[in-house]
Amino acid sequence: MTLLKEPQISSVCKKLLTGITGLSLVLFLVAHLIGNLTLFAGPDVFNAYAQFLHHFMHGMFIRIAEIGLMGFFALHIWSALSVQRSKKRARPTGYEVNSYAGGPSKKTFHSMYMAVSGILILVFVIIHLINFKYADHEIVGTMTMENGIEVTNVYKLVVNTFQGNFGLVLLYMAAMGALCSHLMHGIWSAIQSLGLTRPATIPYLNLVGMAIAIALAVGFFLLPLLIFMMRGTFDPNAVPDYSSHARLLLAPWMLG
Amino acid sequence: MKVNLKIWRQAGPDAPGKLVDYTVENVDPSQSFLEMLDSLNEQLVKKGEVPVAFESDCREGICGNCGLVINGIAHGEKGGCTTCEIRMRQYKEGDTITVEPFRAKAFPLIKDLVVNRSAFDRIMSKGGYVAVNAGSAQDANSQLIHRDLAEEAMDAAACIGCGACVAACPNASASLFVGAKISQFTWLPQGQIERSTRAKKMVTQMDSEGFGDCSNHAECEAVCPKEISIANISRMRREFTKSLFARN
Ligand code: HEM
Ligand code: SF4
Ligand code: FES
Repeated sequence: MTLLKEPQISSVCKKLLTGITGLSLVLFLVAHLIGNLTLFAGPDVFNAYAQFLHHFMHGMFIRIAEIGLMGFFALHIWSALSVQRSKKRARPTGYEVNSYAGGPSKKTFHSMYMAVSGILILVFVIIHLINFKYADHEIVGTMTMENGIEVTNVYKLVVNTFQGNFGLVLLYMAAMGALCSHLMHGIWSAIQSLGLTRPATIPYLNLVGMAIAIALAVGFFLLPLLIFMMRGTFDPNAVPDYSSHARLLLAPWMLG
Repeated sequence: MKVNLKIWRQAGPDAPGKLVDYTVENVDPSQSFLEMLDSLNEQLVKKGEVPVAFESDCREGICGNCGLVINGIAHGEKGGCTTCEIRMRQYKEGDTITVEPFRAKAFPLIKDLVVNRSAFDRIMSKGGYVAVNAGSAQDANSQLIHRDLAEEAMDAAACIGCGACVAACPNASASLFVGAKISQFTWLPQGQIERSTRAKKMVTQMDSEGFGDCSNHAECEAVCPKEISIANISRMRREFTKSLFARN
């Protein structure tokens, strides 16, 4: 229960912690999105990317990244929710009329429901891990790469998961909506929390934050949607086209 | 013109309170909001009722004494002005206006619309001052300070300590006030002596007064009568982080 009490650290330190962990999670999302987009380059590139992640630094990289992400997630939730808890304590009697002042204010639907969108993201992350990390990788089998290496066919897993499962596509869409809402306020807010703003830069940073939020949410959602809609292009049993240019660019990096 | 009011009435700190309906007739559009409340109070006194308690002093936007939440917005919908600077011409015949006190645990209610803002004074006593004799006019003229820095210090120093930022903040945070009070000294030579510990002491006092934490909603800047930028909160965070590593 002590974890649920308000921490005895300065309000400014809490914001630094929320901001650093939040921005780090955003950086992870950027890397994750770029990785996911290799799916468009075909099964060999995507599978090679997955193989690379799991074997880079003898598998140490993915271990460290997973533990780090878990830790940042936990710290983020803890510090962010403790900021939220302070509001009930600090204003026990609320107003009869609540309003938005407008003008330079950045109080929006998004900023007011950060805890709700955050909890939705948490629920989604658990579902997402069950969908892929803890899915049965045996079923999809392996695929032989050009250089003879056998790799798990994660491409087939992803395509099979979304094709013919409209409910899941809808769920991913809702989750990306929550992520977008969280980051519409979150990205700019983290920059402000870290003390990186000046009077003249605030409006721009706010806009840039919203643009990144929308780009991330749309980017992530494009994959399930296109896989669902374009069955011809995303074939779970696709045979890699070893002459594709994307493969030539990426595969040497990933297969070593 | 005629306006309808819903005013928070509460006889004392622990008495129950509620919104009470009033009507004020013959309001002149050039009257100030507080003058309109004065005429309501005259009516109440004539009827032998207890007048509405509210605070004011200068009535020209410089003392920071007045402060009401009007239709859910601290210092009213106009923005960039104090409650005493609002004129009735911004309202229409028959409008219903809700008037509530500033709400925060750190600003305990005394009566009706009057709250105790001495938490701000205790924060100021921790570092909102310079301990040197800053001299007089000719000393100021002989100290060369970059114009941009002087302007920024002056913008922060415009804070009148009214507390609207706390009232407007969804978390009842005092970050804008404290940010302004730290920022006004940050770049001036007179402020350097206490600079390394000022932010730490003032932020620590702010936290112990029971204000909430900041979520960067920036609602404070929108209601601030002096339009103080939340970039001052950003500076407070930088100064605080630096003061964690200071020796004294
Ligand atoms: C991919 C996952 C996530 C990312 C990228 C993310 C990102 C961010 C960022 C950048 C901020 C702004 C930080 C600041 O104001 O200094 C933020 C704030 C916040 N986050 Fe997250 N977050 C994520 C997940 C979560 C989860 C799972 C929760 C809760 C269960 C959560 C709850 C919050 C709350 C309540 C705030 C607002 C804190 C405040 O009021 O200042 N977030 N998030
Ligand atoms: S920062 Fe603005 S709103 Fe807050 S106390 Fe100062 S003048 Fe009032
Ligand atoms: S009464 Fe002085 S600022 Fe309003």
